[in-house]
Amino acid sequence: MTTTGEGELRAAVAAGVVGSREAFHGLLTGITEVARAIFGATASSILLLDESTDELVFEAIAGYGADDLVGRRFPSDTGIAGWVLSTRTPLILDDVQNDPRFAKDFAAGTGYVPQGLMAVPLLHDERVLGVLEVLDRPQQSAFSLQEMELLGMFANQAAIALDLLSRAGQAEVVLNAGQGELAVVARLAATVAALEDERREAGLRLLDDLADILGE
Amino acid sequence: MTDDLVVHEARGGALPAWSLAKDAEGDIRLSDEWPERVTREWAWGGATGKDVNVCILDSGVEDGHPLVGKLEGAVAVSVDKDDNPIVEADTAGDACGHGTACAGIVRSIAPECNLYSVRVLGAGFTGSGPVLLAGLRYAVEQGYDLINMSLSTTKKQFATILHDIADNAYFRRSMLVAAAHNMPVESYPWKFSSVISVGSHEQDDPMAFFYNPNPPVEFFGRGVGVEVAWPGGAKIKASGNSFATPHIAGITALILSKHPELIPFQLKSVLFLTASNVGGSA
Repeated sequence: MTTTGEGELRAAVAAGVVGSREAFHGLLTGITEVARAIFGATASSILLLDESTDELVFEAIAGYGADDLVGRRFPSDTGIAGWVLSTRTPLILDDVQNDPRFAKDFAAGTGYVPQGLMAVPLLHDERVLGVLEVLDRPQQSAFSLQEMELLGMFANQAAIALDLLSRAGQAEVVLNAGQGELAVVARLAATVAALEDERREAGLRLLDDLADILGE
Repeated sequence: MTDDLVVHEARGGALPAWSLAKDAEGDIRLSDEWPERVTREWAWGGATGKDVNVCILDSGVEDGHPLVGKLEGAVAVSVDKDDNPIVEADTAGDACGHGTACAGIVRSIAPECNLYSVRVLGAGFTGSGPVLLAGLRYAVEQGYDLINMSLSTTKKQFATILHDIADNAYFRRSMLVAAAHNMPVESYPWKFSSVISVGSHEQDDPMAFFYNPNPPVEFFGRGVGVEVAWPGGAKIKASGNSFATPHIAGITALILSKHPELIPFQLKSVLFLTASNVGGSA
């Protein structure tokens, strides 16, 4: 058994975890949407590294592929994204359809073959968490080093969101594995937190009363 | 072995260790005649990169690509479960395209250099750090004159080992030409002063390069909108410090082919003196 203080702390952590994955996921999608808009690109995506399987997973997508690619996986050392991940180095390529192998891989994976792409590693401290890709900037705008800076800024933002998402996922796993009682508390806390005004106040009073009764 | 002998061995048999004896100046005489002014014509005029061995430490290289030509050798490096290196002949070519692109740039500047590929990618993400170390160590042991390294690692645990390898290469006259990271992060080995570190400029001239008086990046090479070789005999356009680095490696190969006696310290000095913002336009 945990002490009362530890229990409250864990319940508070649990309350923060439940539902947070969805919130962070929304943030990631938002980042891809802004990246796509700023660069005038056809699509933008964030790929998360799943270290347990050594795979990259499409975690958030804006534009082409948004409806059916999220969740798709491929080996972490495959293609451009794999190189960027392994070397932790950004890559900006145009005319990539000249590489028949690349075109085939992309077409098989996404049904869409881009002309050009920018891919940047998502670095958090010394860890690499995934890759941000931006497909098909307008061809008339020559790539500049300023765009590289901008891409890096998006990558930093995405890396923070990805780190939060990853932590939330790990916390959920802990809560759900052998901590059933905490999961109940977490759901309860999250439900009350989502209520508005009077209903929330009533919910909090109810919980206080419940705590008094259970504590007797 | 006595202490005296240890010291004696440390200097390759000469005494005193790490110092210059009174009558030993002749032992350290340099063969190169330095001109009054180092110009590009002196540095590499008429040079083709002939007899200079350049290693591309990367994703592999497509042998026989029209922009790359013939490779003199290609190996793939991996590690076993205890991180012991495994070096095998590489027949898989280029897993990504990046190495072929770098090789093509070096070839375009130094057409007669000897190109070698050491592949350190393609064995999964998780082993990429130890494989990079093993590959670089292998390349230094081979004694390549130049090692083009358009990649880096952010793992601090590898920094000290990489530093040792970079210094070892420098003292053995094997010059590492390493790409600076394109993002404001800590990564290695480009930050070490025993390598030539390279960032990008936006000009189109492949022979334009600049010395940076604000290190750690020492030189800027052409790195934006570069037409590069790509697997399948293809050509694409690419941008980033990855592609600026083989420009500097190629120019360094030209210098070495004309002045093979230059040590890394002198090579860096010649690069400085011939940079576009120093004396390079002369």
